[in-house]
Amino acid sequence: MKFGVVVFPGSNCDADAYHVCAGVLGQPTVWLWHKDHDLKGVDCVILPGGFSYGDYLRSGAIARFSPLMREVGEFAERGGLVLGICNGFQVLLELGLLPGAMLRNKRLKFLCRHVTIRVENAATRFSNRAAAGRVLSIPIAHFDGNYYAPPDTLDEIEAAGQVVFRYAEADGTLSEEANVNGSLHAIAGLTNRRGNVLGMMPHPERAAEAVLGSTDGRVIFDSLLAGA
Amino acid sequence: MIDPKTLAQHNLTREELDLIVELLGREPNLTELGIFSAMWSEHCSYKSSKVWLKTLPTGGRNVVQGPGENAGILDIGDGQAVVFKIESHNHPSFIEPFQGAATGVGGILRDIFTMGARPIAVLNSLHFGPPVSPRNRAVMEGVVSGISSYGNSIGVPTVGGEVVFDEVYALNPLVNVFSLGLADKDKIFYARTEAVGNAILYVGAKTGRDGIHGASMASQEFGEETEHKRPNVQVGDPFKEKLLLEACLEVMDRGLIVGIQDMGAAGLTCSTTEMPAKSGQGVAIDLDLVPQREKGMTPYEIMLSESQERMLIAARPDQVKAVREVFAKWDLDAVEIGKVTGDGRLTCRFRGEIVVDVPVHAVVDLCPMYRRPWQAPTEPLPAAAKADIPLPADPGRVLFDLLASPTIASKEWIFRQYDHMVQDNTAFLPGADAAVLRIKGSKKALAMTLDSNARMTSLAPRTGGALAVAEACRNLACVGARPIGVTNCLNFGNPEKPEVMWQFKEVVEGMSEACRAFEIPVTGGNVSFYNDTEGVSIHPTPVLGVVGLIADLDRAVRPGFRAAGDVVILLGESREDFGGTEYLRTVRGTAAGPAPTLDLDREKAVQEVCLRAAEAGWLESAHDLSEGGLAVAAAECAFHSAGGLGCEIEIGVDLRPDAALFGETPSRILVTVKPGRRSALLGLAGELGVPAAVLGTVREKALRFSAQGRVIVDAAVRDARAVWTDAIPRFFDAG
Repeated sequence: MKFGVVVFPGSNCDADAYHVCAGVLGQPTVWLWHKDHDLKGVDCVILPGGFSYGDYLRSGAIARFSPLMREVGEFAERGGLVLGICNGFQVLLELGLLPGAMLRNKRLKFLCRHVTIRVENAATRFSNRAAAGRVLSIPIAHFDGNYYAPPDTLDEIEAAGQVVFRYAEADGTLSEEANVNGSLHAIAGLTNRRGNVLGMMPHPERAAEAVLGSTDGRVIFDSLLAGA
Repeated sequence: MIDPKTLAQHNLTREELDLIVELLGREPNLTELGIFSAMWSEHCSYKSSKVWLKTLPTGGRNVVQGPGENAGILDIGDGQAVVFKIESHNHPSFIEPFQGAATGVGGILRDIFTMGARPIAVLNSLHFGPPVSPRNRAVMEGVVSGISSYGNSIGVPTVGGEVVFDEVYALNPLVNVFSLGLADKDKIFYARTEAVGNAILYVGAKTGRDGIHGASMASQEFGEETEHKRPNVQVGDPFKEKLLLEACLEVMDRGLIVGIQDMGAAGLTCSTTEMPAKSGQGVAIDLDLVPQREKGMTPYEIMLSESQERMLIAARPDQVKAVREVFAKWDLDAVEIGKVTGDGRLTCRFRGEIVVDVPVHAVVDLCPMYRRPWQAPTEPLPAAAKADIPLPADPGRVLFDLLASPTIASKEWIFRQYDHMVQDNTAFLPGADAAVLRIKGSKKALAMTLDSNARMTSLAPRTGGALAVAEACRNLACVGARPIGVTNCLNFGNPEKPEVMWQFKEVVEGMSEACRAFEIPVTGGNVSFYNDTEGVSIHPTPVLGVVGLIADLDRAVRPGFRAAGDVVILLGESREDFGGTEYLRTVRGTAAGPAPTLDLDREKAVQEVCLRAAEAGWLESAHDLSEGGLAVAAAECAFHSAGGLGCEIEIGVDLRPDAALFGETPSRILVTVKPGRRSALLGLAGELGVPAAVLGTVREKALRFSAQGRVIVDAAVRDARAVWTDAIPRFFDAG
């Protein structure tokens, strides 16, 4: 599977995503420069974490206007795989490829720590190698990860099985404590209706090697490869 | 004619002005006076400290670059080098905590990437007044947010450091920021102009009026008027710096430039004089070409602005176009503002007229150096007689009080606000004895730590300086890393006070002795004097940043207990050392001495035992004994364990129980091994002449200490952990 990692000005997990795709998974991987109009024939586009354009406005609000985003939108429309991690998730929300928006974390502080998330839907292109209900330990690092959507939208995405990951305790139970950023329905990751676009706040690229403390993030990449 | 008021505003003495007149052959104009004032400030010239700093050991086979450049560089093999440095941002952080700390991060990162290295880690040493006071909390919260905001955005992980609380820092917090970068050894860049005719390019953010006179501000005592200095503090833009970082590394990687320097303290002045001075050349620039953010800026303001996120580059004329293209790609200004000349002078044009014409050598190298008078304090430092320290009725209560002391308590509330994992190298999370980062594509790992021990240093400066080095190296030994080099940030009061100068001299001599003992080079550092507010000096606070190398990351050791049944062994010898301890401060409210003595040979031997045992793969855990002594160290090993392990320890009867539990004798490490490794470890210790005592075993759930079979502390790990974890958040997350 050929991966493309988008570089916005201010992206800072782009090199980590590239490292995991190319160095850990051994897949062909290319950089996609935000000012270009060329997806270089990739099978999966990764919108990485970071602070695109400094995030001085709303997180991801400016990056969505980058030239390359037109191609990314068309690619997603054709069913191409798009994975938005952290800031990439925020960009997908701003683009309207995923429903909802992000608010500041409930304690109004940046939060970097390992969290546990429960796999809600194991039938997506991003989770087919994980059993439903499996709990993954993956780090988060964000200020604006408190997911919000209006009640109707929440009902729709729940009914359609679009919620892929929820913040949960290590044993899989849901709790207010485990929902570290205060997201509605404890949503940590969700797909679009068609299931080819995933946004998630936790960083699977930071949990893909034992030396970094967890390999649970590998399952997302392995799922992508399994479906290829 | 320069009047006394103008001279005083520029923080120069009459004698210094006379020397400037002699060097120029005429009186300087105001802009030129500003240039000398900035470059001859304590902050830039090290005029009070250099005679002492020169005595530090700086050589070694692995040294690529010692003191005198933006950062020190060490060879780590395989064609790679580490570039590292520490800087203070104390004064700006007191005036405006958020921006002061943020720009402290920005400044140190530029020092690293200006040499061609990609910064991979930030650590910081923070000293605040106790969080019980709302004002201290506001300073702390501002500083932590500032570091978090800048570091997280630019994408360099903040992986460790120390946070210390003491009254003496209430009006003078210390914010020392360390960064380390990784570079290819054959792609290191220096501040050089190289050849006459080369282009001088200004790159990065535009110049504004912020930070004018920052360097001289950092060279004065603070009084009540400090509030008015807020406009002197620079404002940081981490997004701009991220672009600058990528653009600079790209032009370096493509070999498009010959030299580069960050515009930090003293801004354009510093870079346009130091770069040609190092190449024996001059620079002629046109100030009208300098990108400006504000209208009507004077030559004085343009030359002395400390606007952030700017660099000066020297490039061959035929490569200017390519350099500009790279910066344009990253949406940054890159403007040719002048040329390298052969006349050894800095000449600045402004609206067609020459407004500055000074010899760069004089500005950079001829600042008078002072051997300021020093004198040991005439009043002896307070000492506590052991007889005055009553035995605690309930040592368990004391342990909980110590765990709740902010200096000892968990710093999780702080480091969770820092992205400590970005870049995918963080092998040990913050809270371990040292930060450990893997090197991609290698079995090797880097370890680094920042350490100070100001209370001990205030009691015995020479011992304190040596102790800080020893403790930093011990922290590295605990993770299994051998030290390879040192940087330091020396925070002191007003050097014009003989007692302060004495402290400084003693500390440097103590550090020097310890660095020689460990055979580690000092590759650079920073001195921050004038940490006095309203006439009160801080404790002398040398902060040591030591970098270490782990040959095989699989053999790195963590502080947490691993499994019930493991044997707990104390390496080193305990004495009745109460002086300067957290125990004395917490229980008795006093910082009395005497400071413990340090035997460097013993210290080295203890560390060697730990290192060899780690390298052999014998250690299940290792943790340094520091504030709070054995009891706190054992508790921390329990808190760092997975699954709430505790331990059962017999302290023996040789010492008073409070000394055994809470005393702070240096040169001690608490380790655990599998029962089958016990005799091997004791044998190794015996071979190296290191006392090693089997204290007990790792157990489930409880922290139990007994003296000759009588249990004197019996606490649930869960309860102890709650006290330790909540001590800092409870001041902030109330309600």
